[in-house]
Order: sequence, then C-alpha cells, then structure tokens
Amino acid sequence: MAAVQTRSERLGNRLAIAAVVAATLIFLAPIYWITSTAFKPLVLATSVPPTIVFEPQITPFVKLFLKRAQLTEPVSQEVYDAAPWWEKLVLDGGERLSRDANGQVQSSPYPSRFLNSLIIAITSTILAVSMGTITAYGFSRFKVKGEADLLFFILSTRMLPPVVIAIPMYLMYRAVGLNDTHLGLILLYTAFNVSFAVWLMKGFIDEIPKEYEEAALVDGYTRMQAFFRIVLPEAATGIAATAVFCFITAWNEYAFALILTNRRAQTAPPFIPSQVGTGLQDWTVIAAGTVLFLLPVAIFTFLLRNHLLRGMSFGAIRK
Amino acid sequence: MTSIVTTLDPQSRAARRGWSDLTIRNAFVIPTVAFLIIFNIFPLLYSLGFSFTDFRASTNKPINFVGLKNYVDILADPVIWRTFSTTLWYVIVSVAGQFFVGFGLALLLNRPIPFRGFVTTLLLLPMMLSPVVVGLFWKLIYDPSWGPLNYALGLGTVQWLTDSHLALYAVAITDIWMWAPFVMLLSLAGLSAVPKHLYEAAAIDRAGKLYTFFRITLPLVAPILLIAVIFRTMEAFKTFDVAYIMTGQPAAELISSRLYKLAFQQWQTGPSSALAYIILIMVLCITNIYIKYLNRVKER
Repeated sequence: MAAVQTRSERLGNRLAIAAVVAATLIFLAPIYWITSTAFKPLVLATSVPPTIVFEPQITPFVKLFLKRAQLTEPVSQEVYDAAPWWEKLVLDGGERLSRDANGQVQSSPYPSRFLNSLIIAITSTILAVSMGTITAYGFSRFKVKGEADLLFFILSTRMLPPVVIAIPMYLMYRAVGLNDTHLGLILLYTAFNVSFAVWLMKGFIDEIPKEYEEAALVDGYTRMQAFFRIVLPEAATGIAATAVFCFITAWNEYAFALILTNRRAQTAPPFIPSQVGTGLQDWTVIAAGTVLFLLPVAIFTFLLRNHLLRGMSFGAIRK
Repeated sequence: MTSIVTTLDPQSRAARRGWSDLTIRNAFVIPTVAFLIIFNIFPLLYSLGFSFTDFRASTNKPINFVGLKNYVDILADPVIWRTFSTTLWYVIVSVAGQFFVGFGLALLLNRPIPFRGFVTTLLLLPMMLSPVVVGLFWKLIYDPSWGPLNYALGLGTVQWLTDSHLALYAVAITDIWMWAPFVMLLSLAGLSAVPKHLYEAAAIDRAGKLYTFFRITLPLVAPILLIAVIFRTMEAFKTFDVAYIMTGQPAAELISSRLYKLAFQQWQTGPSSALAYIILIMVLCITNIYIKYLNRVKER
C-alpha cells in the first residue's frame, strides 16, 4: 500500500471500515440471537420488545438433557430443599423431572440424537477420507483410462439432489433392513463425501512433487511404502482439511436423515426441528440444543479458515 | 539415509514382492468407483424402472407398467409447473442477492482494514452452519408477533412466512445470509490475484476509479465470479432443507419440497420417480457446464 494517502482515500477507507463493521453486525445478529436465546429465562425468549440484555442462565441446557413433565401441583418445601441444584432449576420453571419405575431421572432424547450424529459423522468421515485419499493418489500418479470422464462421474454423484437419490435409497434400504440404522446413514454419507474427498485430495496430492517418491523408490521403497511413508505425511494438512469438510457435511445433513431414520439412528438435524410444534414450545431449550450442535462447526470453521476457499471450490482454487 | 538403504535394499524380498503400479492403481481406484456406482447409479436405475409404473411404496398392491404416463402427467400438472417457476424465480433472486452482497463485501474487505482476517472468518460462519438449524432460527427471527426482525425494522406484524407474496423472499433472504459469504470468499481470492502492477499502470495513466474497476478488476475476477454463480445456481435449484423447514406456504413451494411430499407424504412412488428423473436431468446439465468451466479455470 502506498505510504501517502490522499484525503479522499482516507475518507474512503473510513467509510469502508464503517460498512464492514455494519455488515459484520448484521451477519452475526442471527447467530447472536440463537446463542442468546439459549441462555435466556423462558419468559424473555419470546418477549415483546425482544430482550437483548439479560442475566444469562444455564437452565435451558439443564432442561435440554432431562426428560420433564408439567407440574400439576406445587412440590412441598422439603422435596424442593432436598433436590439438587439442577432439579431446582427445573422445578422453578413449573416442571418436574420425569422418573422411571426405579426413581431414576430419565434423560431427554437429545443426548442420544447427538451421540448418533457423532457416531455417524465420525465413522463416515474416516471412511470417506481414507477411500478418497487412496483414490486421489491413484488418479494423481497413474494413468487411468477415461480419467476425465471418471472424475466427472465422481463429482456429479455429489451434485445430485438428495431427495432424488433418497427415493430409491429408501426402497432399497427397506428391502435389506438398513432403514433407521447407523450403518445405513454411514454408508450413504460415505458415498456422498467420498466424491468430494477424491477431488479435494487430488489437488493436495498433485502438489506433492513426484520426485519425493521417485527418490524413495530408488532407495528401495516399494510403491506402497513410498505412499504410506512419504506421500501420506506430506498430505497430512490436506487430509485434515478434507476430513473437517466431510465431517461438517455429514454433521449438517438433513434430507437423508429425515427420510431414512426416525428413532434409533436419528441424528440431531431432523430431531431439532421435530421438537417445534409439539405442545408448549420452549424456544430456550431448542436454542440450547442448537448451540451445542453448532459449536463443533464454529470451532472447525476457525481452525479451517485458511482452507475454506479450497474446500468450497472442490480444490479448484488454491491460495 | 543409511538406515533406509539397509532396511530397504532394492534386492530385498520386500521390494521385489511389492505390488506393481498397475495393481496399486486398480486397488486404489476401482473400489471407490464401484462403491459410487452401487450408491448412485444403481439406485437411479432402480428408480428409473419405477418411474414407468404406478408403484406406491406404502401398499402391497401389484405393480403395473404404465409406460410414459407418469412423465406425461407430471408435465401436464399445473402444480408442478408452478413449483418449477417458483424455483426458477427463487434461484434468480437468491443467487443475484448472494452475488451482489458477496462481491460487495469482498470489495470492502479487499482494502487495508484492521482485523481483516478475523472479520473475514466471522463472516464465513453462516455458510458452515446446518441449513435446517438456520431455517429453524430464521423462523423465530421472522415471527410476526415477537420476532426481533419486525421489531428492529419497526414493521409491525408483517407475516413474513405465511404471506403468499413474501414467503419466497423471506426464504431467499435467509439463503442470501447463508451463502453470500461463499461468493465473498471466492471473490476475495479473485481480487487478491489481480496483479498490482495493473493498478499502478492505471494510476499512472490517470484512469478513473470506475474505469479501473470495469476495465481491470471486473474482467480479471469474472472467471472466479462465474464459478461462484454457477455453483450457487446449482445448489439453489436443489434447495430443500431451509425452505421446507421455514414455510409451508404453497406459493413458496420449491421443486425439491414438492418431490419430497409426492414421494414420502403421498407415497406416489412411481410419479415421484419420474419427477426425480426430470430434476436429475436438469441438474446434470448445470453440473456439466459447471465442471467444464471449473476445469478451464483450473488449467490456467
């Protein structure tokens, strides 16, 4: 940048900064709204005018994990005093904990859905990235007949609208008993992500000089040893970035999960909206569930910031 | 180095026994391609078959072959045509919005601004979030009686998501919020790749700001902008989650939601397979253009 700025340039820069600040505030406002709702007392969640400043509390998160029922009559003082702090928070809200026959506190469906999301996203990411990496290596280092067509085919499978694929998938899974199973969604997300992983990893592997492996081959490595000991370590950053992208895609996926699961293997995305419209709506609890669900993605976005461009353009644009 | 040579002598059995390049290539490429065929091509062939029948997945009735009837019915159905034109309009509004907002933000961020990297990352957050959660929370923001949007803009009780004229735009605004950062990200890459000496030359020639923008910046960023636009067009055309979660207003029904309802609420498996095929062909056409273009930019 030029050391000397004219007055109009300085003014222009100030205006630009003001515009950026305004845009950032507008873009972050919805995220602030979700997050703040998760810490609000129930009455403030849907207050008019909307509440922006309030005393944050963790009651929504406590409620999120526990199965609750409406209190029909107030509890006695002794019971209230004997209750642990988290039960008091629920009782304060006019609800009681739901207990099973043995008097054990029951958990809400949320933790199991969250766990399903974790299992399915992590397993499918590992599978997709492993397959994607070796296939990308195959395409990058060897001549493959009809390479361009195959790569087009691989990418086009990712572009298909999910509902289009879901119709036959639903019927096939029903026939083989894979509906509402973890394995069913894992396989599907792997198929969905592997095409992406191939494209992204091919870009990363193309960047590793062939000379590294050739030198290793001269030194007596076999091709496989060269792949595992030279190429994989060199591609580690790329593998990590690809894995995060695959994880986020599987984590956020909604259409397949909605159609192919309903209870046992249901993930968080179809579960979270299904809470809306069932009787009394407690937006603070829904927001709490959402915030926990969005947290890993927000963290990954920051870790991944330098690779976002590449991932989002399927490896076409590098910086 | 010596240790490598001693452990992996070229004459050792390990080296000679290693897989040949051909075996490795096949072992690395074929399983993935086969896997993708099983999970993508096979289901599509399966549903191609159903698209010529009156099959309903919810009943056990015998399946009858009906020829092209499903396709003819769909192409004659005014509701389908309405959802197609709604989708087209939605794609235009939302991609245009993403283009202007995203490119505008990129132009602003291309200046020397404090905390530029941090701000850029913050702005990228929306596109990484789960569309269904985004849709759910924008529903809360749009709420006519207690949503913060109407209050902040002083609009009274505008029925964003139930009004037949507004619902589609409300969904488009959410989509713009989510995906303008994507256009911004690609534009920033394009802008940073414009050689600085061109601007210096323009300054020496006393070229005006607008002239510099239209003659230097825009032509050089255009290829990458086009990538962003085609990609977003493709994705907007497929939009399901955000719109399905946010509104049930028939005037804002997109083609993917129509397909979902036809297949999984009315259980018209045969006709829905036919509709799926029509959508598929349209998507493949856009994909084809996209990938050709992507490869061209890649080769530069």
